[in-house]
Order: sequence, then structure tokens, then C-alpha cells
Amino acid sequence: MLESFIFSLLNGVLYGMLLFMLASGLTLIFGMMGVLNFAHASFYMLGAYCAYSISQYAGFWGALVLAPIVVGLVGALTERFGLRNVHKHGHVAELLFTFGLVYVIDELVVLLWGRVPVDYNIPGILDFTLFSIYGSDFPAYRGFILLVAIAMFGAIYVLLVRTRVGMIIRASLSHPDMVGALGHNVPRIFTLVFAFGTGLAGLAGVMAGNYFITEPGMAYAMGPIVFVVVIFGGLGSLGGAFVASLIIGLVTTFAVGMNYSIADLLAGMGITFGQDSVLGVDLSRFGLMLPYLMMVLILIVRPRGLMGARES
Amino acid sequence: MKYRLHLLTRAAIALAVSMAFASTTALAAKDTIKIGLIDPLSGPFANIGDLGVKGFTSIADHINEEGGILGKEVEIVPFDNKGSAQESLQNLQEAADEGIQYITQGLGSNVGNALVDGVEKHNRRNPDKRIIYLNFAAVDPALTNEKCSFWHFRFDANSAMKMKVITDYMADQEQIKKVFLINQDYSHGQFISKAGKELLAEKRPDIEIVGDVLHPLGKVKDFSPYISQIKSSGADAVITGNWGNDLALLVKAGAQAGLDVNYYTYYGSLVGTPRGIGEAGKGKVKTITEYQENLAVTKNLSDLQEFQENFEEKYAPLEFNVLRTKTEMEMLAKAMEKAGTTDPLEVAYAMEGMTLETGLGKVTMRAKDHQMLQPLFISTLSEDYEKYDAEGTGLGWKTNIEIPADETAVPSSCDMERPPRS
Amino acid sequence: MSSNALLRQMAVWITAIIVIVMMPYVFTSGSSISMMSQMGIFIIFALSYNMLLGEAGMLSFGHAVYFGLGGYLTLHAINAVNDGTLWFPLELMPLVGGAGGLFFGIVFGSVSTRRGGVTFAMITLGIGVMVESSAPIFTDFFGGESGVTANRVTDATLLPFSYGPTIQVYYLIGVWTVIAAFAMYLLTRTPLGRISNAVRDNPERAQFVGYNTTMTRFFQFSLSGFFAGIAGGLFAILFEIMTAANVGLIQSGSVLLMTFIGGLGVFFGPIIGAVLVTYMQIALSGFSDGWILYFGLLFVLMVMFVPQGIAGVIVQHFAPWRAGLLHRMIVPYTLAVVPALLTFVGLVAIIEMGYHLSLSYDPSQPIDLFYMEITATSYGSWAVALLVFGAGIASVKWVTQRIGSRWGDVNQAMDAQGRRQ
Repeated sequence: MLESFIFSLLNGVLYGMLLFMLASGLTLIFGMMGVLNFAHASFYMLGAYCAYSISQYAGFWGALVLAPIVVGLVGALTERFGLRNVHKHGHVAELLFTFGLVYVIDELVVLLWGRVPVDYNIPGILDFTLFSIYGSDFPAYRGFILLVAIAMFGAIYVLLVRTRVGMIIRASLSHPDMVGALGHNVPRIFTLVFAFGTGLAGLAGVMAGNYFITEPGMAYAMGPIVFVVVIFGGLGSLGGAFVASLIIGLVTTFAVGMNYSIADLLAGMGITFGQDSVLGVDLSRFGLMLPYLMMVLILIVRPRGLMGARES
Repeated sequence: MKYRLHLLTRAAIALAVSMAFASTTALAAKDTIKIGLIDPLSGPFANIGDLGVKGFTSIADHINEEGGILGKEVEIVPFDNKGSAQESLQNLQEAADEGIQYITQGLGSNVGNALVDGVEKHNRRNPDKRIIYLNFAAVDPALTNEKCSFWHFRFDANSAMKMKVITDYMADQEQIKKVFLINQDYSHGQFISKAGKELLAEKRPDIEIVGDVLHPLGKVKDFSPYISQIKSSGADAVITGNWGNDLALLVKAGAQAGLDVNYYTYYGSLVGTPRGIGEAGKGKVKTITEYQENLAVTKNLSDLQEFQENFEEKYAPLEFNVLRTKTEMEMLAKAMEKAGTTDPLEVAYAMEGMTLETGLGKVTMRAKDHQMLQPLFISTLSEDYEKYDAEGTGLGWKTNIEIPADETAVPSSCDMERPPRS
Repeated sequence: MSSNALLRQMAVWITAIIVIVMMPYVFTSGSSISMMSQMGIFIIFALSYNMLLGEAGMLSFGHAVYFGLGGYLTLHAINAVNDGTLWFPLELMPLVGGAGGLFFGIVFGSVSTRRGGVTFAMITLGIGVMVESSAPIFTDFFGGESGVTANRVTDATLLPFSYGPTIQVYYLIGVWTVIAAFAMYLLTRTPLGRISNAVRDNPERAQFVGYNTTMTRFFQFSLSGFFAGIAGGLFAILFEIMTAANVGLIQSGSVLLMTFIGGLGVFFGPIIGAVLVTYMQIALSGFSDGWILYFGLLFVLMVMFVPQGIAGVIVQHFAPWRAGLLHRMIVPYTLAVVPALLTFVGLVAIIEMGYHLSLSYDPSQPIDLFYMEITATSYGSWAVALLVFGAGIASVKWVTQRIGSRWGDVNQAMDAQGRRQ
């Protein structure tokens, strides 16, 4: 019992950290620009593929540095030549733009790298067992992911709250005209923010692409859950995204271990009922639905999410 | 052999002159035998669908070089169903409009079910334009049981047959005491979970089922919670019908956690999977198929080896459906020659009960349910392979055991309505 | 409304009916009839979606839920008729779908419509994903992975047709399309329709005037679910199969695409969008493996440059036409043809060559494109394609400036005439 609890805890925290790496950029972009970037997971996928290609020449560490920069550049170009024209049409148009962007980026990835998964692997240096617990090995790469995720959180927080650049960015959101009047190039700031956010998504891709599998479907698989995290935590709140990622990571992971149904629980209390109906279905099968249920519930009860500041 | 890349020449005309809707009638069909291939050619499974087109086309080319069927050339006409059941029905309609009398499909039992139903209705409502559906990979047992149809022929061993073979093999392994089942939560996985438990209980009541998990299809990225469960259960063997990423990620996670079990899989050799699994699967991943490339070496078939090497050179990687494709086309050719016509009714009757010698053994198309019986093989992904490695991973498939065709058969509840011979 | 205007309105509807009746005589093949049937279905679906997005400003990512659930219920009802446990004529079966769509619209609407904007959009997304994920679990209703099938030839019909042949189903769909479209049109004229517009444009102000925004949204949502369910029922009758994909994100995304491309602000916009996108989805994939990319690009470019949709563009030209000034646009538009063609040809050549190199059998084999054989592996082809595309973009920029300034002139002239809307 304790064994399974510890495993679920470790796995849940790790999954949560992976979600955070993706969600951080998304919540940042929304918080700074009011744009809900549907294509965020596509930039994540782009990061993984770029890391694969770059690592063929510069190794994993080169990819770790260069791939997010490449993705950020793509993001900057997208914002400058695409999204910028759309701001004036309103938030719905921005959402629709990023929605269409998903199709475009996903197909471009297929065009450039083909439809079959690519061989992007964990670097040899990190491919060992950190420690063993109850007979299960804990790979060092996982520890690395944890480290990077926490470092990301720390770095972004410091950047936003403690630096001048962060202050200007936060001001541009609520008072773009004033900030413009003070002499800052507000459109360029937006481009920078978008580039930074997508660069973060790219970084997540670099880290996760070799841990999972780098293939054309990875954006579609990760996309929706990242939205859940960001909304649950509160759009625009970095701390909220961190907490929400952990919660959702843990909930999803613990749900996997729930190999009993409501009917079983009732039976344990002496009530035989519903074995053949939906109540007799293992709760673990509902596992991946839980985050969406949580999202819907929080949107009904507290639309600004856990730690969000904006009323949507 | 022409392929359908008429692209926007037709689109341009279509936009200018709306007559583009009306498609060509069956006038040209007299000199060629057209076979419609309905599979995903865009979207997530397009790589497999695409390789299928290449496989069928190369075999058709080969047949044409040898003189064709009844003196006519064979042409493969691909249709992109985007993985959707309704789109497949639309494709069926398009095929019927073009006078195509034979369609083939394999990727996805959801489409398979829709097509069997669709073909039955089409043939009933249009008795002068009948179509035969040749199924090369949709393995839902229902298609040759409660949903069987005179117009449907299946060339792949269905899930029930494969489970029989796997459990027979496992029953013989004395050292297996605890088995864990993990499957995708849809009809295929649900069936394997149920059948696996039943058959193991029958053959080896001493084997303990220590786990039976269903996870959402294609959605799980992190299998470590499941691996932890498998570890805690103490299982020696895992049975899984998982395919694609669900299988590759499972095995990878298992290797990362240091899990030492054998995986008995249905789809370990599906294109892209050995590459996704990589070193993690060494010596542990077993699969049940009617073919893998090293069999050509085991059985000393130099023709087949040559065919494999040519295919891989042109269109690498070798798609594991390829031999089944070859068997399907050869049996179709044989049935047409036997019937002396390409008329679907006569060809269908000719194909019932037909046998064919393939390099790997004799296969039979069972008349009762139109299910093909063929020898099956269990192989392991290992360092110690004979000649061909799988997708450049440095590991290859090594044959463990051959199961003759008659031992793969399972009973069928099929009671199909047979149309009268004119 | 003056009798002249009324006559003009009726003329539009009557023309539509005539077109629907005559189409199968022009496009006679089975697959065309099937495609046109689908167009009818998606016209209803897209119009129902526009009730949310265009009329009430509610962006939903889960509208396919009502479409799909309506379809499933219809198939279950047809199966019940075939089993003998129920008698209900096939012609009215879409109402079963509508009832299902209405029911679920009310159930899910009661929780989603309390908020607007992004919150609402995300709730609909969440509900959509949950319904789709529950399909493999509730196999009795959803039929598992292979879905639910039925035989539409039920022998329970009001008219003496079997509805076996697709052409008969086409006409059934045609009738329903006209009825549903007309009903939705009338709805836009009712107080509910008008208040929805007010809520869309300025929810706070609508509240101040005294309208209950939540109830307005709730009613609009439920009714749009009703019509989506009708579309789902017709879809079920046409294909005789429903699968979990029909309640999912991709189907929801598809109707969003149709409505947006057609044009949100005009009633007939979604009709255009449904026809165009259905055609593209079915026919385009036969022409090119890159159809998804074309789709994505079309959508993105439209959001950037033509957010009012195709219908929006058409409507923009009504005022100049009435003012007799439309002829001034002829020259700039004609000038635009060649640049547009260059850009189009260049882009398509690049994309097709790209796909051919990346994914086809034998990349050295030439492609049939624009009556020419183009070899994707030759540098020459790429150079030409890039040149053509570049020339296209440059000339498009120049021509757009001219069109823009000419529009400026036209608008000024209309202002002078006092006729500008």
C-alpha cells in the first residue's frame, strides 16, 4: 500500500512537472497578451523535432540551448507577420488564428520530418538509474526533468517580478497606450512575449521529446490537457499553473491505481448495487476524464481558477 | 501504373465549371481490374496507410508483369478515408460510381464494421453493382461471427484466433505463474482482456491473473503508474493488444523502471513500433504474426528475401502487412481464374474454401465464415536475429515457434445469407 | 416590410428550393448525391452553430456533442422501429435527433451559459472531451468503438418511399434543410434573436436595459442544440452509422471552420461555408495529400485578412451596387486576377512538390500539375515555383493597395450621395 502510494506520488509529481513546463508558456502568453494560444502544443512538438535534428550535430546539450531559441524565433515570426494583424479583430479572432495555426504547424512538421516517429533519444550521460525504490528504478533523466522544471519556474518568476523588463511587460498588458506614450515599442514587446512563451514550449519539447516519443501526433495528444491546467490554475497566473500542474499530475496518476469501482466501494459497505451498470466500471477508466471534469467544475464555481487574477 | 495525383488540374476546372461533381462511369473498367484501397492517407495513421498503398501497388505491378489476371491488368485505386467510418462509406460510394467491384481495407475495425454493413446494404440495394470487401487487417472477431457477410473476406487471423495461439503458447511455459493484462479501452482491448482471462483460466487454472487494466486509447503519455502496478503485482508476463505509441511508451517506461517481464503483443512489429521501443524491448517483446522478415531466412525462401530487400530499398521500412497483402492478391487472382470471370458473385463462391501455397505454408479461406486460416508464428525482438534487423534498431525478430494453420482455428457462430447463383 | 421586399425575400427561398430540386439532375453520380446530402446536413449544423457564435457571440468548442448525441438517439429509435418496439415514420426521425439535441442542450447549457467569453468556450471544450472520452465506457449507448448502426429502410414511412436509394434520402434532407433554415431565419427575427444580438454586442448594456443575459444565452444554446440534433439525425439516416468521433473535438472544430469561413455576421454565411468546406473535405483529399495544410492556411489567411467571411465580403458589395458605383471596382478586381493566380499556382506547386518529395513512393517521378509534368527533385522546378510565388506576393501587395484606395474613393462617393449604410 505504501509502495503504491510512493510510486504514485513520484510519478504524479513528475508528470505534473512536465505539464508545468508546457503550461508556463501558455499562461504567460495569456497573462501578457490576452491571447489563448491554441497552437502551444504544436510549438512544443516543433521543439522536440528541432531538438532531434540539432542533436544530430550538436548533441543533446546543444539542442537544449538552441532548439528553444529556434522555436522562439518561429514564434516571433508568427506573431510579427500573423498574429499582429489579428489583434485588432478581437480575442475571438486571435483564438481562431491560433486554432488554424495548429493545422499548419502540424502539417509542416509532417512535411519536414515525415510521418514516422523519429529517433530522438535520451543522452547517454543521463541514461542511468538514480536510485531504486521497492525494486523499481528511478531514471536520472526524470530527476533532470524535475530540476529543469523548478529552474524554469524560478527563472520566469524572477524575470517577471524582479526585473525592469518584466515590469514593462506587465504594464503593457493593462495600459498599452500609456506604456507606448512612455516610449516603449508595445507591438515589439508583444512579439517578444509571444516568442518567449513559445520558446518555453519548445524547451518543454526538448525535455519531453526523448522521454516520450517524438512523433507527429504528440501535439494533439498533449494539447487539451495543457489548457485544463492553465484554466484550472487561473489564466495568467504562473503560481497557479505550477500548483494546478501538480494537482492534475497527481490526480491523473493516482486515478490509474484505482482499480475498483463505485459498486465495489458500496459492496464494501454491505450494499450490493449497480455491478452491471456504469457504477460497476473501474474508476481508473475515468482517470483521464477527471481533469476535464475538474476544469468544468472550477469554471462553474470559480471561473478565475485557483490563483487567477483576471475575471474572464 | 498510374496513381491518382491529378491534383488541382481537376480542382481548377471544378471550380470554374461545376460539372466536376459528375465522376467517370464504368466505361473504362473493361480492360483493367480496379481494386479500391480505402485507408487513411492523411492524418495520424497516414504513414501506415501510405505504405499499404505502396505494398499493394508493388504486388499489382508484379502480377501485371506476369501477365495480369485473365489477361487484364490490375490497378490499385487509393481512397483516403481519414480514419473515419463515414468517410469510408463515402469512399465506397465513389468506388461504386467508378465501377469498382473490389475494395480492400485494413486499418481499423471501426471502419471494417462500417464497410461490412455498408457493402451488405449496397449490394442489397444495387444488385447489379455488387462489391466484394477484402479485409486485410481489421481483426474484430465480430466480422466473421455475428456480423459476417457473404461479401466480406478476411485475410488476417482475428483477435480470438491470436489469443488462442498466445494462450496455448503461454500455457506450455511452466515458468509463467502470474500474468498481467493491460489494454486500450475500446472494443479491441476490451476483447483481449476478456478473452485472455477466460482462455488462461481454461488452460492453466494455476496461473494467477494479477492485473487487468484498461487505459484510454492513445491518450496516455506517461505509463510509469501502470508500470509501477505491474511491478508491484509480481507479474512474469504481460499480455497486451496495445499498438503504436501505447505499446512503445509502455515498453519504454518498463525498461526505465527496470521491469523484467515478457510482453506478449499483437502489434509489436507494426511499422514504427520497433523504432519507438528501441533497446528497451530487447529480448522481452514477443509478437504473434503470420509473417516477419526473418522467416524468409528460416524457411529458406530466396524469392521472398529478394522481394523484401527490393521493397525496403524503394520504400523502407518494410510494412508488416506486406505478406498478407500478397496472399490476398494472389488468392483473388486464383479465384478469378477459377471462376473464369471478374463477376463478384462467382468470384466469391470460387474463393470459398480455396487454398493457396504461400512460401510460409498452406493457407485456406474457410467457407463457413470467410476467415483465412494460415500458419502463425510467435517471435521475439532480440539481438540474436537471423539476418534482418527491425527498422535499424540493431534488434531483429527471432522466431520462437510455428503454429500450423489448423491449430489456429476457433469456432465461428457465423450463419451467413448466401445469394443464389445465377 | 413592403410587399416588394417580402417578394424579394420569398424569391430567395424559392430559388433555393428550385436549386435543391434540380441539383441531382446536373450532378448525377451516387457520390455527388451523397456529397450534396452531406452539404444539406452541414448547412443545418453550421446555421445552428451560428446561432451561438454569430448571433449570440458564444464561442463553443463542443457543439458536435448535440449533433452526435442527436444522431445516436436517432439510430437507436430506428433500431427500435425495426425491432417492432416502436412505430415512428422515418421522415420524422430527425425530430428524435432534435429532441435529443434539445435535451442535452438544456442539461449542459444549464451549467455552461452562466458565463460568457473564454470561460464559456472552455466549459464547452471540457464537456466535449468528457462526452467523447465516455464513449468507450458507455458501450450500450455508444456501441463501443465501431459505433451504432441501423437500417434506414424501416417500412415505417409517411410517403411511399423506401429511403433505400441515396437519392430519396437526398430529397428528405433537402426538405429538412429548407424547413430548418427557414425556422432558424425566423428565429433571428424574434425577440429572442434580437436580444441575443444585443447580448453579443454589449452584455453589460443589455443587462442595464433589463434583459437577463444568462437566460437569453441559455435559450439560444438549447435551441441551437435542437437544430444541431436535427442535423445529427439526418446524418445518422444518411450514413446509417454513428461513431464516437461524431461527438468529438474534430467534428466541433469542423463546424467552427465552416461557419467562420462562410461568414459569421450574415445569415446565409454558414450556408456558403458548409457547402464549400464539405466539398473541400470530400473532394480535396482526392486531389492532394496536403489537404490539411491547405485547410489550415485558408483558415489562417481568412482570419487575418477576411475575418468577415465570404458572405461578409459579398455583403460589403451591396451598398456600392445599390449606389450604382460597383462598376468602379471592376478594373482593380480584374487587375487582381493575375497576381492571385501567380500566388496560388506558386504556393500550390511548392506545397505539392514538398509533399511529393517527403512522402511519396518515388520522388523522382513527375507530378501532374496544372497540365504540366513537374519533377519535384529538380532545382529548376523549385526555382521556378519560388519565383512565381514571390512574384505573386509582390504583385498582390501592389494590387491590394490599389483596391484599397479605390474602395476609399467609392466610400467617399457614397458618403457624398448620402447613401452609405
